[in-house]
Formats: sequence, C-alpha cells, structure tokens
Amino acid sequence: MPKITYIEHNGAEHVVDAEKGVSVMEAAVKNMIPGIDADCGGACACATCHVYVDPAWMEKVGKPETMEESMLDFAYEPKENSRLSCQITVSDALDGLIVRLPEFQG
Amino acid sequence: MSERAIIIGAGQAAAQAAQSMRQAGFDGDIVMIGEERELPYQRPPLSKTYLQGELGADRLYLRPAAFYEQQRIDLRLGLRVASIDAAAKTVTSETGETLSYDKLLIATGAPPRRLDCAGADLEGVRYLRSIADSDALRPALSAGGRIVIVGAGYIGLEVAASARKAGLDVTVLEMADRVLARVAGKDVSAFYEKLHLDRGVDLRLGAALDHFEGNGRVSAAVLKSGERIDCAAVLVGVGAAPAIALAEAADLRIANGVWTDDHARTSDPSIWAAGDCASHPSPIYERRLRLESVPNAIEQAKVAGANMAGGDVVYDAVPWFWSDQYDVKLQTVGVSEGADETVLRGDPDAKKFSVWYLQRGRLLAVDAVNDPAAFALSKRLIAARAAVDAKILADPDTDLKSLVS
Ligand SMILES: Cc1cc2nc3c(=O)[nH]c(=O)nc-3n(C[C@H](O)[C@H](O)[C@H](O)COP(=O)(O)OP(=O)(O)OC[C@H]3O[C@@H](n4cnc5c(N)ncnc54)[C@H](O)[C@@H]3O)c2cc1C
Ligand code: FES
Repeated sequence: MPKITYIEHNGAEHVVDAEKGVSVMEAAVKNMIPGIDADCGGACACATCHVYVDPAWMEKVGKPETMEESMLDFAYEPKENSRLSCQITVSDALDGLIVRLPEFQG
Repeated sequence: MSERAIIIGAGQAAAQAAQSMRQAGFDGDIVMIGEERELPYQRPPLSKTYLQGELGADRLYLRPAAFYEQQRIDLRLGLRVASIDAAAKTVTSETGETLSYDKLLIATGAPPRRLDCAGADLEGVRYLRSIADSDALRPALSAGGRIVIVGAGYIGLEVAASARKAGLDVTVLEMADRVLARVAGKDVSAFYEKLHLDRGVDLRLGAALDHFEGNGRVSAAVLKSGERIDCAAVLVGVGAAPAIALAEAADLRIANGVWTDDHARTSDPSIWAAGDCASHPSPIYERRLRLESVPNAIEQAKVAGANMAGGDVVYDAVPWFWSDQYDVKLQTVGVSEGADETVLRGDPDAKKFSVWYLQRGRLLAVDAVNDPAAFALSKRLIAARAAVDAKILADPDTDLKSLVS
C-alpha cells in the first residue's frame, strides 16, 4: 500500500499506509489524522480538507481542476502548492507523498 | 462518580457532538445510542455516488471504529431509545434498559414523510434516508424500465440524475409549478428543469399523484388527472419530518422541531438538541430556522458539544448546502425566503452562474451553480450582514472580490 506522510501544522508527522483508489482526505480520516475536517465528505464543496503538497511532489500530484481551484482561492492561507485532499486519489505513483496541513481549515 | 452524557441518535450531528465534547475537555462517560447498525455515516452519497455503486459502505463512515474507542465514546448501535424521563434524568431503550444521564443530546434527525395513498405500501415504493434504503433502491437502477419519482426536491432530483446515469427511464412528478420550489428561486428552478429535460427526464410539473397500482409489486402510478404511468419502481421524496416524538413525550418545547435556544439547549436545562430534528433562533435571520443539511448538523453539534462540556458558545453559523446532479454542483448559502430582489450573475446556458437574493438591500442568500467563488464570497458577506448594491452586483464587470473588504 502506498505510504503517505501528513505533517501537522505543529510539526507532528504521521505516516500511514493508504489504500489505493481512496482519496488522500479519506486516508487521513481513516487513520485519525487531526487537522483535516472534510465537512462535505469529499464532495469538493467545503474546502475543509486543504493541504499543502510537498514541492517535490507537485508535478506527480498534478494541478487542481477549475472548481477546486476557485474553492482553494478562499481556503485559509492558500499557496501555490495548495490542494483539496479529497480531490487527490491515492495510487502507486503517489507512494511516499508528503502533505502538510494548514493551521486552520475553512 | 464521573458525569455521563447520553446522545440519542448516531448520525452526523451525534458524531460531531461527541467529538466536540471531548475536544472541549469533557472527561465523563459518553454513551451514543443509535437505531441503525452502522457506524455514524454521511448521507449525501446515498442519492449520488453510493447509489450509483461507485463506493462501498465503509467509505461513508465519518470516523473509523477505532476513533470511538480512542475517544472513549461508548457506541450502542442497533438500539432504539423508547423514552426520556426528564425529571428522573434517564432514558430507556426499547429493550427495557434504563440509563441515567447528567447531560442529554437529542440528535434524532428527520425521517422521510410517507405517503398514505392507495398502493403506497406496495413493494417497490421506496424512500431514501439510510444506507439500507439506498441498498434497497440500487437493484432498481440496474433492473431497467421506468422509475417514477414523486417530488422534485433535492433528493428526488439527485435520484433522477443517478437513475438516468444508470440508463433508466425516469418520470418525475411534482405538484408545484416548478422544481425545488420550496428551496430555490425561479431562475434556479428553470435551470434544473432544463438540465433534467436535456438529459431525457420526463418531468411533470403541476402533476398530482393519486395512487399506485400493482399486484403485490408496484407497476403503475396513477395521477389525479387519470393518467397512468407504468413503472418498475417508485422513489418518494416529498420532504422529511423532524423526529420529535421522544422530546414531545418528555414535555420538551416543540417549535417545528425540538425547540432550542441560541446555545442549542432545549427547554430542559440538562438536554440539548442538534441537527435536522432541532429548530434554533438564527441571529442572522432574526427568526427561528430548522435546517436539513450536513453543515448545519456539524456546526450546531459543535455548539451543543462545547456547551455540554461547560462552554458558552452561541450558534451563529451561516447556513449552507450543496447538491450534485449530473456534472452540476449547486452550492447554496443562506436562506432566500423573504427576498424582495434577485440578481442573476453569469450565464445559465454556460452552466455557470449565481443568483443573489436581497431583502431591502441586504444580502440574504446566494445559489451558486458551478461557481465556488460566488459561494465562498457570499458566505463571508452574509456572515458580515453586509448590504450589497444590486446595481453593482448586476454589473458583469464587477469583480466579486471587491465586495468584501
Ligand atoms: C439521500 C440524502 C442526501 C442528502 N444530501 C445532502 C447534501 O448533498 N448536502 C447536505 O448538506 N445535506 C444532505 N443531506 C442531509 C443530511 O444528510 C442531513 O441533514 C444530516 O444527516 C442530518 O444529521 P442528523 O445527525 O441531524 O441526522 P441523521 O444523520 O439522520 O442521524 C439521526 C440518527 O438518529 C437515529 N435515531 C432516530 N431516533 C432514534 C431513537 N429513538 N433511538 C436511537 N436512534 C435514533 C436515526 O436512525 C439516525 O441514524 C442528505 C440527506 C439524504 C437522506
Ligand atoms: S472534503 Fe469538502 S472539499 Fe474536500
């Protein structure tokens, strides 16, 4: 199973084995990673699953689609490497992925 | 002895309230009693991706089982609460077990309204609220033939979209003269009517159902006009009614749902209520609201949980909601009832637009179709009780961002 590392805003690191096919948000919720609220459950409607993708992984993860991009615009402190984690699907290509969590969601 | 909190219901609001109680430092026992057998789960996919077979039930769970262990939340699933004794501070389950509480949360949701016309109890006439309901409906989607959907609210239209995707013939019956009549403005209704017609839905507005026919299993819906529509399945989506029976029997105040104050507390100081079953005074709209949405369940449960843990938090979140049909996402902010002016921005034909509802110059609500920027901005404007100039809004050259300071 692909490994994903979540780094909380306070620096705490969590490495989880994520199931292929689920989203990076779902893998976090399933493994009880604090800092991802995911109020809409992955519908790309709430922007409370915001993460910063490690710069080394940005190319592999890819760019957000238009809807996601405008949602991110209004997330808390969006950056160049912001993504909504419910819109990133776990795959072998993302084995080793590192994402950082913002201080707040929403 | 440590304090005990009991939560009745194990849905969206219940799960959030338990978590928020722990976050706010409540150290006593938390017992959550839910009638359904599943871990607390999210309902929105039941009419969308889950119904379409795109995901399994385990992907609906809000938290894994380990979470409740870790947080010392004692889940009693598959158990129905039969009564509350507010004077003795106890609840009694249907199996006869009585548990005492120091603090109680009612988070019982709002089950679907049922039809009582002739034939309503035929097999194949279905409602949609639970995983079990969605599981029972799914075979109809692969069986082919025609499904008749009674009611063009969100659930009816979402099931219509899912059924069309599955290749079914779909007839939607709506008594009003437009779809989403209770919740959306005319522009939005017109947009969704066209969307469904373009996708081949047989949409009947102003159509009143009289009864169903069938020999054991439903085989036709008959309208008041006498017209008979043959069908293999029926989905009824005519709204939901708050589950207030327990509260009513315990003599709690009722006002279109379980009455709560702005702290999510009921008329009994040891009992709180949250989610679809509860009505609350809205500081933004200056009247009592009862909302049926995930964000309301979450935000109100956060308030209830914090206050049950001894906090002093007012429920003042801006209401919002979303609906997915085909490739179209609607995000609604606020409550449009009472609007005296509406402004349309963008182009419905391009499937990207927003409708802004104003009352005496103040922004009440926005329906945003495939337009997350309008959604996010209006949420801020409504939270700020902002006045908005309709002329500036109507100008396509206005950059929405310039409206928020
Ligand atoms: C098909 C469908 C699609 C939806 N789509 C959306 C959407 O896209 N966006 C959105 O924002 N909202 C949507 N909603 C609404 C949203 O799911 C609800 O607003 C939300 O679930 C309300 O949470 P709740 O905790 O109040 O109630 P629920 O989640 O319904 O939980 C209440 C629970 O209490 C249990 N219960 C009741 N009485 C008792 C008793 N006496 N003893 C024990 N247990 C009891 C019930 O069995 C139920 O499990 C949808 C709802 C449905 C049904
Ligand atoms: S979970 Fe809501 S946008 Fe990702």
